[in-house]
Amino acid sequence: MGDKQMTLDEFVGELSSGMTLGIGGWGSRRKPMAAVRAILRSDLSDLTVVSYGGPDVGLLCAAGKVAKVVYGFVTLDSIPTDPHFKAARQSGAVEAMEVDEGMFYLGLLAASQRVPFLPTRSGLGSDVLTVNPSLRTVRSPYDDGEELVAMPALHLDAAVVHVNRADAAGSGQILGPDPFFDELFLGAADRRFVTTEKLVPTRQLAEEGPIQTMCISRLLTDGVIETPGGAHFTACVPDYGRDEGFQREYVAAAGDPDAWAAFTERYLAADEESYQAATRVAADERAAARAAKEGA
Amino acid sequence: MTETTDTGVTRAEYCAIACAEVFRGDGEVMASAFGTAPALGARLARLTFAPDLVLTDGDAALVDGAPPLGARPDELVFESHMPYRRVFDVVWSGRRNLIMMASQIDRTGNQNISAIGPWAHPKAQLVGVRGAPGNTVNHSTSYWVPNHSTRSFVEQVDVVSGVGYARAAAAGPSAERFHEIRRVVSNLGVFDFATPDKVMRLASVHPGVSVDDVVAATGFALVVPDDVPQTRLPTPEELDLLRNVLDPTSLRDREVSA
Repeated sequence: MGDKQMTLDEFVGELSSGMTLGIGGWGSRRKPMAAVRAILRSDLSDLTVVSYGGPDVGLLCAAGKVAKVVYGFVTLDSIPTDPHFKAARQSGAVEAMEVDEGMFYLGLLAASQRVPFLPTRSGLGSDVLTVNPSLRTVRSPYDDGEELVAMPALHLDAAVVHVNRADAAGSGQILGPDPFFDELFLGAADRRFVTTEKLVPTRQLAEEGPIQTMCISRLLTDGVIETPGGAHFTACVPDYGRDEGFQREYVAAAGDPDAWAAFTERYLAADEESYQAATRVAADERAAARAAKEGA
Repeated sequence: MTETTDTGVTRAEYCAIACAEVFRGDGEVMASAFGTAPALGARLARLTFAPDLVLTDGDAALVDGAPPLGARPDELVFESHMPYRRVFDVVWSGRRNLIMMASQIDRTGNQNISAIGPWAHPKAQLVGVRGAPGNTVNHSTSYWVPNHSTRSFVEQVDVVSGVGYARAAAAGPSAERFHEIRRVVSNLGVFDFATPDKVMRLASVHPGVSVDDVVAATGFALVVPDDVPQTRLPTPEELDLLRNVLDPTSLRDREVSA
């Protein structure tokens, strides 16, 4: 088996401006945030981001990396919307393709099956079809004659997902309760990258969890990057939950240009290791502030 | 201070009962419920008149029984794995009954959670259409609006996310085949579409609310029958379940206080 290990910088080196990039996870859960942060530090631009959106979309919009977002929602889960994505949409800074989240799934599935579209009832009658005039319907060739939405394949130039464990050859293991659509993001993409909390020998995967947690096969991966804390501040159970305090700090900072500049300087300006260290300091500060308040 | 009627039943409890009624008579379907009153309603229905209802843990599992609001994972009894990819199988099979929320809802039952203002240049981008387009043409869908006003009950929603009756009819038989907007529950009353032209009708007012209150808070011509009943009282058993089993910390009063 080949060794597919690489660094975050090597991952970024595989991307280019104008690409369509799929990002795994769901909302503020198991997002490949270390990979997103690496893109923030790069000179990449004009990306089309395809995502069950969370702070990945918000951060990339805030940094001016995005030309277009393809999504069914953008949410932080415990906070309903992402402030940067909201601002980008309201100012017209990004183009948008908003579809039903089931249509989105079928778009990835179609791309991974190499068919041009998949039929679905979802979308009929809604403004998804009017705000996306390129979407078409298709009539069943059988006696029922049903007219359904032809959800086009969402072909991706590259995709990145974050998993709990992986081996050097690119087999990925998701230990949390929901694998989301990560397998399909990889299946829909030309270049496929997996970031992982921990790189382990293949033999160890079976000790980490049952066979059904080993849901990303190396058939679907070109590169593996070990990034401990790589989903922070989104949830990556069972390794860690969402850092709600940090997420609130992210949202609060987004509301004010000076605060956002300070947030960027403190957390995002340097490399991933510096980010992880700075967020640990921030967590200690919040804990100390809480303790002081309770003691007062 | 929570206003109560002379029966001592709070507005939030009437809302929970009205949401529970949405699940009556469905048998073995997956109940999905967003918001506190819908979450309580689904659990209450499961514990009383809809014992075959299938509840989720809000994450990736189906659970046995009806756990209280805010139950810890170790208090849950899992009966099946239900990750999102499988949720879509259930949606598309129709074996689901859903109460979702609406930032805007209109006379023919269109719902909006996408954007306020024109979609191309929104005044306010909301969460996005999510699963609303697919839900509404695949299985029974109802809505919960905890802040009934002329801003939420509008003549025409800005972006049709969940599909109402007129839009489903215009889209043709494939859109109408499994379409049902069963009910709208708000903090003021219960609404359905049981009119010849499938427009919103006032089905009941919660005790303490007048028909005029509802009409004044609604931004379109609501169909108001000559006799508008009151939302039914919870039974003593239902009240006990709500107060002492499902929501002992009264989360319901934080969502609806009037």
